[in-house]
Amino acid sequence: MQELINRAKELLADGTVARVLGWKAGDLPYNPEPAYFESAEELKDFVYNGFCGANLSKYMIEASKLEGKTMVCLKPCDTYSFNQLIKEHRVDREKAYIVGVGCKGKLDIEKIKKQGIKGIESIQGAEITDDAETLTIQTLYGEKTCAYADAMLERCHVCKGKEHMIFDEQIGESKETKDAERFAEVERIEAMSPEEKFAYFQSELSKCIRCNACRNACPACSCRKCVFDSNKFDSSQKANVDSFEEKMFHIIRAFHVAGRCTDCGECSRVCPQGIPLHLFNRKFIKDIDALYGEYQAGADTDSKAPLTNYTFEDAEPSIVGKRG
Amino acid sequence: MQRIGVFVCHCGSNIAATVDVSKVAEMALMEPGVVHAEDYQYMCSEAGQAKIAAAIQEKGLTGIVVCSCSPRMHETTFRKAAERAGLNPYMVEIANIREHCSWIHKDMEEATKKAVILMRAAVAKVNLNTPLQAGESRVTKRALVIGGGIAGIQTALDIADAGYEVDIVEKTPSIGGRMSQLDKTFPTLDCSACILTPKMVEASAHEKITIYTYSEVEKVSGFVGDFTVDIRKKARSVDMNKCTGCGVCQEKCPSKKAPSEFNRGLNTRSAIYTPFAQAIPNVPVIDREACIKFKTGKCGICSKVCQAGAIDYEQKDEIITEKYGAIVVATGFDTINLEKYDEYAYSQSKDVITSLELERVMNAAGPTHGHLERLSDGKAPKEIVFIQCVGSRCADDRGKPYCSKICCMYTAKHAMLIRDKYPDVNVTVFYIDVRTPGKNFDEFYRRAVEQYGVNYIKGQVGKVIPQPDGKLLVQGSDLLDNRQILKEADMVVLATAIEPNPDVRKIATMLTASIDTNNFLTEAHAKLRPVESPTAGIFLSGVCQGPKDIPETVAQAGAAAVKAIGLLAKDKLMTNPCTAQADILLCNGCSTCENVCPYGAITYEDKEVNDHGIRETRRVAVVNNALCQGCGACTVACPSGAMDLQGFSNRQILAEVDAICR
Repeated sequence: MQELINRAKELLADGTVARVLGWKAGDLPYNPEPAYFESAEELKDFVYNGFCGANLSKYMIEASKLEGKTMVCLKPCDTYSFNQLIKEHRVDREKAYIVGVGCKGKLDIEKIKKQGIKGIESIQGAEITDDAETLTIQTLYGEKTCAYADAMLERCHVCKGKEHMIFDEQIGESKETKDAERFAEVERIEAMSPEEKFAYFQSELSKCIRCNACRNACPACSCRKCVFDSNKFDSSQKANVDSFEEKMFHIIRAFHVAGRCTDCGECSRVCPQGIPLHLFNRKFIKDIDALYGEYQAGADTDSKAPLTNYTFEDAEPSIVGKRG
Repeated sequence: MQRIGVFVCHCGSNIAATVDVSKVAEMALMEPGVVHAEDYQYMCSEAGQAKIAAAIQEKGLTGIVVCSCSPRMHETTFRKAAERAGLNPYMVEIANIREHCSWIHKDMEEATKKAVILMRAAVAKVNLNTPLQAGESRVTKRALVIGGGIAGIQTALDIADAGYEVDIVEKTPSIGGRMSQLDKTFPTLDCSACILTPKMVEASAHEKITIYTYSEVEKVSGFVGDFTVDIRKKARSVDMNKCTGCGVCQEKCPSKKAPSEFNRGLNTRSAIYTPFAQAIPNVPVIDREACIKFKTGKCGICSKVCQAGAIDYEQKDEIITEKYGAIVVATGFDTINLEKYDEYAYSQSKDVITSLELERVMNAAGPTHGHLERLSDGKAPKEIVFIQCVGSRCADDRGKPYCSKICCMYTAKHAMLIRDKYPDVNVTVFYIDVRTPGKNFDEFYRRAVEQYGVNYIKGQVGKVIPQPDGKLLVQGSDLLDNRQILKEADMVVLATAIEPNPDVRKIATMLTASIDTNNFLTEAHAKLRPVESPTAGIFLSGVCQGPKDIPETVAQAGAAAVKAIGLLAKDKLMTNPCTAQADILLCNGCSTCENVCPYGAITYEDKEVNDHGIRETRRVAVVNNALCQGCGACTVACPSGAMDLQGFSNRQILAEVDAICR
């Protein structure tokens, strides 16, 4: 972390960048939040640890409009989102100085809490430089421990890899944390009967409080004006008055990001209700892979996306239809 | 608020027998905006149109809904009627209560309910309609014909004779197509080449016709009247301007093992070859996969013997870009693959052949120089069995559900020719039905039976079993005598089903022309517009549209030419005003619409916008209305809903859906 701060100071000092986009400590030991730093002085609040899950790519849409370059800290998986935003002309590559930051898997406080660890006062072992396999947690009820891997976000268990897809320089080591099958859960749901599926989604989506956190965090949901906010459409500001509407929001959102979603997992990470929203997107990704060949959104900035491109090898609509 | 009139058509009894039309009119009056509703026997009649005009004028209508047949039938009629009465034609909506309702339902109460719902949806849409103005686009006075068989040649000749430039693009090294492979033609038994080659020569000599052989259509953009097409002229490795067609290169070519496409692989050809003697152009091509020079770098004999110095190993594919007003598809057919019909032993015995192969066997330029002989041992056959409907009229997915239409006649022809030339050969035909409608067709078939003694057996063959002595044991049934038949044959000929040339899928996709489940190109209307594709400016000629014989193909080729000429004769076309528009305040500038637009109608520009007081320069989508064909792909791809289609806006569509679900 110190290396990052030092480098940020240098880049600010020599005028390469006008600001730094990173994370600062939150009011709890496990909720750092995205922040801009414009001076060496401000950088004293800079943090980078296992709880810095937030994908900063999306912030670069607004940062692209500001004077001067912005140093942005991107984890390997965040760089996919950044590439995708370049592809969609939403960010200006020239306005970004990308520091590819190391990552050894990001943490999910909910998983820690689920282990019965409460009253958390501080957490050791979440620092990016640590190679500790264990988190040591000081709580009101004494010291507790938790294996790092057991506290990782779902998305880190299906890590896309430790390579940054785009960067100006890299700081810190990364570790590939994949230890699960990416589509296992999707396959489990696919195997359900229609009634079971309906019941499953009903139970998950009925938790939704329409806080829009998933949409606001999602780098693919980057519309200037979301269809759910625009008075041009009858879908604007629909409250969840019935189960249809809560499903409609998430299904429309999934369709809108289909083929563009990099599977960064921010939707599920930020959901205060713990809805596994990424599963919708991942189902689309799985289908796209099966029907049009393996495709990873954001792996580059110039390939043609299968859903907005036509090739003679494309699956016939009848085949797509049969899959349901 | 609109003032809407609803007009419900009885269509004689077509609608009125199943839908309570007066009830639909009565219900219409309860819809928002509706100030007038009536029903009438024939809305499309002069009297019906007059009723619409009168209501528009007397009641000051701002929009109308006609509940009638499909808009494909009378939308234009009603739009014109409304326009004459002073209403913008795009303020007219059709509720299809015939094809979508009365014709497919029996219960009057239910059908009436549905008709009311369809009427409601149309009213909901008209409430949001806005007047639209059609623009104009130019017509490039040149036609493209894809495929150089008899269909393509005839279409090109007819268009060229009318005074328009035509280009023929043919994939193989010569024009001529399937007809050039046939020996004799039914029902007159004249030599196929003798009647085809004059047409080939005429086409090649015509000053208005340019022929691109060994070429393929690579890319199509644009729209009716203004298509831009990239044609890939494959490297022939022979300079067409220098070659004199002397043929020495083919004689001297040491690589002679490539299967001859023209002779259906029954014999071989040299690596440098013209497919057949009368080929046009009479310029060979080098098959680079078979050529020793291309494979090993050593050889070059053809270049050494060519007096004209026409051999060019360095030649590369060339892309020719040309503009066309009309495109005619004439891609023809092939016989189906017989992999799934192993019971006929096609892959096991050389003496089981397809009918098209028999054409080559019987032709003087074929692999046996026209002698009827077994391909396995060269012996003269004494017993020949023909099996009809191999892969045609097939109920399962091994074959094709349709009748290939030409097989009954060519089999009668083959049987007759064999019996005529080799009277000692017995000919048996196993058939399901003999279908011979057509001028002089049934007489022809009867001659085969009555004069030439061809033995027709109604029944199918279950199995063909090659015997150790080289004979073929044919196991079939005679349905009329209700007995099983075991017959030893020397040769078996399979009337193999025909299917559209497999390339047609690729071409249809490039042209955005629709194809059916059998890969035949779809007509705009099965009865009334049989030679036009639903895609404007695309016309259909020959078997690409459905199985047909030579006379029918030639007739259709002429019809397609007339339709193309009708288009080329116009100086300007009215454009469809239902084009896409981008709301620049909602546009993200993401290029998704640009990527999905099949017409290249969308570009991006940096524009100054004023978004509720925020002035900034944004990258936004701009639609070229002349290029946009209103397909709507962009409107569904746009994540922010910035793209909308005039006349079919998202709001209008959703209003229809809401009205239906109400």
